Amino acid sequence: MELVPANFPFLASALLVGVAFYIILFKRNLIKLIMGVAMLASGVNLFIVALGYRAGGNAPIYTDVPPGPMVLSVPQALTLTSIVINVAVLALMLTMVVHIYRHTGDVDSEKSRKLKG
Amino acid sequence: MDFLTTNSPALIVAIPLVAAFIIPLINRTGDRVRNTFTIAVFALISFLVAILAVNIHTVGIRIYTFGATAADLAVPQGYIVPVRIIFEVDAMSIFMGIIVTVVTLAALIYSLHFLKGKTGQGRFYALMMLLYAGMMGLAFTGDMFNLFVFLEIASIAGAALASYRTNLADAVEGGFKYIVISAVSALLVLFAIGLLYAQYDVLSIAAIAHFIQYTHLDMIALGLLGAAFVMKLAGVPLHMWAPDTYTVAPAGSTPMILAASYMSMYALYRVTFTIYGGFINTGAIGWTVIIIGLLSMFIGVMMAVHQTDIKRMMAYHAVSQGGYMLLGLGVGLAVIADPAALASYGRDAMNGGVFHIINHVFYKALLFMAAEAIFFRIGTRDTNKMGGLARNMKWTAGFYIIGALAIAGIPPFNGFASKLLIYESVLKFNPVLAVIAMFVSLVTLASFAKVFYSAFTGPPMPAYKEVKEVPRSLIVGMSILAVLCIFFGLFPGLIVNTIVAPATDALINHASYITAVMGAVP
Repeated sequence: MELVPANFPFLASALLVGVAFYIILFKRNLIKLIMGVAMLASGVNLFIVALGYRAGGNAPIYTDVPPGPMVLSVPQALTLTSIVINVAVLALMLTMVVHIYRHTGDVDSEKSRKLKG
Repeated sequence: MDFLTTNSPALIVAIPLVAAFIIPLINRTGDRVRNTFTIAVFALISFLVAILAVNIHTVGIRIYTFGATAADLAVPQGYIVPVRIIFEVDAMSIFMGIIVTVVTLAALIYSLHFLKGKTGQGRFYALMMLLYAGMMGLAFTGDMFNLFVFLEIASIAGAALASYRTNLADAVEGGFKYIVISAVSALLVLFAIGLLYAQYDVLSIAAIAHFIQYTHLDMIALGLLGAAFVMKLAGVPLHMWAPDTYTVAPAGSTPMILAASYMSMYALYRVTFTIYGGFINTGAIGWTVIIIGLLSMFIGVMMAVHQTDIKRMMAYHAVSQGGYMLLGLGVGLAVIADPAALASYGRDAMNGGVFHIINHVFYKALLFMAAEAIFFRIGTRDTNKMGGLARNMKWTAGFYIIGALAIAGIPPFNGFASKLLIYESVLKFNPVLAVIAMFVSLVTLASFAKVFYSAFTGPPMPAYKEVKEVPRSLIVGMSILAVLCIFFGLFPGLIVNTIVAPATDALINHASYITAVMGAVP
């Protein structure tokens, strides 16, 4: 009996993605919306990094390698790239919200809205 | 020359990426130097794209493996799957590449005078190069993860360009909507990539297509990818960002953001035809695409008719015209398992859908530029405040007429050629669809005619007595696209045979895409 079930990370990532979609669809505060996008990114990143987990696997470093299976490092590389990209996206989003706040004095998506119809 | 031919896929993406980081540095030496540098770099890239296009036309599909001893060595000795990063360029990729390159060239020339005297020009051109690199990477990439990376590069650059005029509140809002939609759709794509990777342990598109079993997880992945790309190409019901973003983006970047959304359409086709190519014979996926296309056509045009903002009206028409492309490809997708129907009308429908992409990007880019030329001179996009502008802005009025007739499908302009292909083939598939398509075309004509009368004709307005024609670079940028619109309308057969039909065949014969990479595998 393991302490943590093997699919626990997948359940956690599903929960993160679910909550993130709720926030993105129903919250009107733009900062909260950005938090939702950040949570969505975390959920997806957790999903991909959990795919790469193998119980008892070794890190793929070829010097002094202990016996046993070696972990393929592709999922970790993907996650790292994705984290970097998402930092850029979130930073851009936050600067835009700063501009929106300066123009309209509000970060509520209904009150700061100019484009309609 | 051989070096250029062999390495052109990598150079076409690498040069604009490097240039994007050099331009802000060169910007310090002055506007003239920077403009010359940007144009020179882009001329070099266009030359490389031309070389690659000719090469693809003669030898067919090409792959480029980064870091391998030979560019076409996708699967190294002793491996059964590709392990390196691969660019794979087939007729469809280079078709999209040509579209993006021509539009970027026109937009670049247009921007030279358009931005004169504005702040942040260096960053504008840098972002333009970044957006171009993202789009070309999206067209050429041979693996799913780089598809995600280039999608994000294009999204970030596109959103930053859309909100370039940060002094206007609506510009920032349009850019913000674009980045939110892009971020969510890109993360959905990444999630789907995770699902595919979990099952097949490969990221290469060709290798996934080779191993795919069409399990339940694959269906979920297809659903996620489809939803993400439809969101980014502004298909109804996920189109709400498009009017806002297209409206506020400065004219140099609107056509490029438009082209970026058709790069998402390319990614959708790449996924459905290439990865799921062996399993899409049920007709259900085809009908899903057809229904999204019909909804986009109809709702897009209905929303466009009553708009008073000229660019917003055009943006809704962009949603509507996207529906034609989806309709054409959807009909081909629905009958792809039936060789007789495919030969009789399915392939023609797909030809029409693919041809409509290039036509639409050209005339819609022309229209956006003409609309922004008016905004450039009179400072408003409201058609109710315009009037009698044809007196002083003869060139702009002429370009608007060419674009409007092309979008309405009037011969001899390019819109007519692709719409006729779609009508004829869809009529054989299901007459009701063809009738709806023709009706939408009529409404399109009506709405563009209305705007023409209110903006360009009528008595001269006292406020616009002193309005002058736009500067030369704007006219040159628009005339490139106008000439192509007329040329494509006069010689549709030539264009269809040289670039459109090979692109369609590349989508239909997904096996050739797989064997180009997996060829050595038994």
